[in-house]
Amino acid sequence: MKALAARRHHRSAPVVLLLLALLVTGGLYAALAPTPAGAAEASESDIQTGSDLFKANCATCHGMSAEGTQDAPSLIGVGAASVDFQVGTGRMPMENNGPQALAKPPQFTDEQVAQLAAYVASLGPGPAIPTAEQIDPEQGDEANGMQIFRTNCAMCHNAVGAGGALSEGKFAPSLWDSSPKVIYEAMVTGPQAMPVFNDANLTPDEKRDVISYIVAQRVGSPGGAELGALGPVTEGLWAWVIGIGLLIACSVWIGAKSS
Amino acid sequence: MTTTIGRGAAATADYLDQRTSVSVAIKGLARKVFPDHWSFLLGEIALYSFVVLLISGVFLTMFYVPSMNEVHYEGPWAAMNGVEMSEAFASTLRLSFEVRGGLLMRQIHHWAALIFMASIVTHMMRVFFTGAFRKPRELNWVLGFTLLILGLLAGFSGYSLPDDVLSGNGLRIADGVVRSIPILGSYISYFIFGGEFPGQDLIPRLFTVHILLVPALILALIGAHLFLVFLHKHTQYPGSGRTNKNVVGYPLWPVYVAKAGGFFFIVFGVIALLGATMTINPVWNYGPFDPSPVSAGAQPDWYMLFLEGALRLMPGQGMEWGIGEFTLSLNVLIPAVIVPGILFTLLAGYPFVEAFVTGDKGEHHVLDRPRNRPFRTAFGMAILTAFTILILAGSNDLIAAHFFLSLNDIIRVFRVLFFVAPVLVFIITKRICLGLQRKDRELVLHGHETGRIVRFAHGEYIEVHKPLDAHERWLRVGYQAERPLEIEPPVDSRGVRRKGYRVDQVRQRLSRVFFEDRVEPVTPSELAAAHSHGAHDTLEAGHSAPVRELEGTATGGGRTLVEPVDGSAPDARNR
Repeated sequence: MKALAARRHHRSAPVVLLLLALLVTGGLYAALAPTPAGAAEASESDIQTGSDLFKANCATCHGMSAEGTQDAPSLIGVGAASVDFQVGTGRMPMENNGPQALAKPPQFTDEQVAQLAAYVASLGPGPAIPTAEQIDPEQGDEANGMQIFRTNCAMCHNAVGAGGALSEGKFAPSLWDSSPKVIYEAMVTGPQAMPVFNDANLTPDEKRDVISYIVAQRVGSPGGAELGALGPVTEGLWAWVIGIGLLIACSVWIGAKSS
Repeated sequence: MTTTIGRGAAATADYLDQRTSVSVAIKGLARKVFPDHWSFLLGEIALYSFVVLLISGVFLTMFYVPSMNEVHYEGPWAAMNGVEMSEAFASTLRLSFEVRGGLLMRQIHHWAALIFMASIVTHMMRVFFTGAFRKPRELNWVLGFTLLILGLLAGFSGYSLPDDVLSGNGLRIADGVVRSIPILGSYISYFIFGGEFPGQDLIPRLFTVHILLVPALILALIGAHLFLVFLHKHTQYPGSGRTNKNVVGYPLWPVYVAKAGGFFFIVFGVIALLGATMTINPVWNYGPFDPSPVSAGAQPDWYMLFLEGALRLMPGQGMEWGIGEFTLSLNVLIPAVIVPGILFTLLAGYPFVEAFVTGDKGEHHVLDRPRNRPFRTAFGMAILTAFTILILAGSNDLIAAHFFLSLNDIIRVFRVLFFVAPVLVFIITKRICLGLQRKDRELVLHGHETGRIVRFAHGEYIEVHKPLDAHERWLRVGYQAERPLEIEPPVDSRGVRRKGYRVDQVRQRLSRVFFEDRVEPVTPSELAAAHSHGAHDTLEAGHSAPVRELEGTATGGGRTLVEPVDGSAPDARNR
């Protein structure tokens, strides 16, 4: 210790310390930072196949090296999560121009999606596909998720994620059939009209709480049929169609019964 | 059959009768005659769903806590665990998830409320379109209208009691509407909420309004409403043997007691079925009230949806004027106060307008067939159309999201439709009514088509028509087509200006609007002409009719053969 104490005032000590600090920070970051899972495991050949797939299917709109054209945005830096969301849910390649890209049966296999994602991730750093732990609804806090959901999400996606309308034909889709992975990716990439909820905005744990809340809504309602969970309008419709309908049918029956 | 039970019942009845003379009342009531028609049961649906509301509501008050104190929820609903909420919301959750049968009772109560309002509206439509509001029933129409408004109040105050986000949004809108009233608005708002919205007083106040004030008023007015029905005797549909001076039907006992008693259980059963199988107002989805969040698809219950729709349709820009230190919020005032005010005033005041226009002072106990009052039917349809468009506009986001339409386009279309559709519906309905009346005329004059074609020996084809029997004809000719009023001249025989000429002029103008287009019922002479000879329009041509009459149809052009019919046969409808 004496030797260390003696050299504390050495003129190169600050430089050494600075280097050490940088090394530790960098090392810790490398160890702890969320690694782009798909990209990390992606081999050179995956990226190459992804690139070929991209040129054949996406480059018409997004440009030969994904730099974007006047019809479609640049994909440099959107990350693997974005590709996995857009291509994995069938939204891309887009079927036709419209207010927003609609989900449809995916055009590519899971492997091809991963290759495309690897290629786009190789173009520049961006949000990675989440790990299984990040999206495990079992580990989230449903009650906290409820509070986050209703302050951040419910104004477009409805109180329990049944979906809702936006302006000019755009809409926030129902979340009931969306996998936890897709929900997470949507939060980090902000597809289409949706805002980005980055990790400073909602921490990964909070995102998992939200997923936990959404998944918990899928078990059905304790009150019986959910009627789409759309609120009083459907309830009113059913009151008129089923309730008043049945009662008028009974009135006609009673009125027709001769005394 | 003089069993012990029978003797016991007789003794009890006698005991009661000696002390209350109740038999006199029961004798009178039991023999009171009611006409039979399914549409007369619509009002009963409202009455019975109100009884269901009272029964289930009493159960709910046992567990609900009308308090805005903040608590932290601990209970079986995981998504709310540890969340801060008012006691009102927490007790609603406890009532739903921890009280046995609590959720069922809550859902029955809420469905019953929707059915209550819906049946009031259908009952009102029946009364309107059949003209059951005419003298002497104008006041009962106003009573019924007041019940509708009280029903809205009861519904809105009850809907807000759980103190969830959705109903809180509704209260915030109500607050905004109150504030839009010029000058007084902010004072009234502070008065209602006991200070700045939402305050600490509202839930206890709404509780008193919902469980005491409004139900007591509704109950009292229902009593008055039914008393007037008894006093006026029930209206009846037109038909042979039914006049303004009689009531054709069956006595209350035993027929209607059985029917009405049974119908109560049917209504209760249907509401219980809804409550047991379909989720309504899942407040656990919306969460406890907090002024900041508003979820997509935030709408009030259907009976308040027209108000939401009016607010959604109103353009906002340039509609808010500052006058001195006051703000005139026309963007809220017009859709939330003025438009509903106009629609409801038209509804409440229509009987008086019609009485003024027709100048009719007679009593009416026989209902109108809607086609025989084209203006009224068309006017009612126009008002319903306006309400329907407002209701659809209130659901515009759901329409947009589920039919992949542009929300903005829907709003633009509804803005136009709100003004255009009622006019179109008015014209179309009136034309349909006049068409149906003409069809009636043709039926009376030419009879039913039988589909039989007969060929004579000389090669001529004729179509056989079957004339209407006396009962069918009664229904189609037994009405009076109102004509535009003829008024006395502005000056009397001595050249002095007559008082009330101006009012008469207004009356005449209105009555032209009401009754200019009309189809008169077939007169006896027209009928005789049609039966005695060919075309009904050649009245002067008369030659003796053979047993099998030949008659030229106006529509077919050819001649038709009419089968003789026995007019003295009993009314087929009464079998």
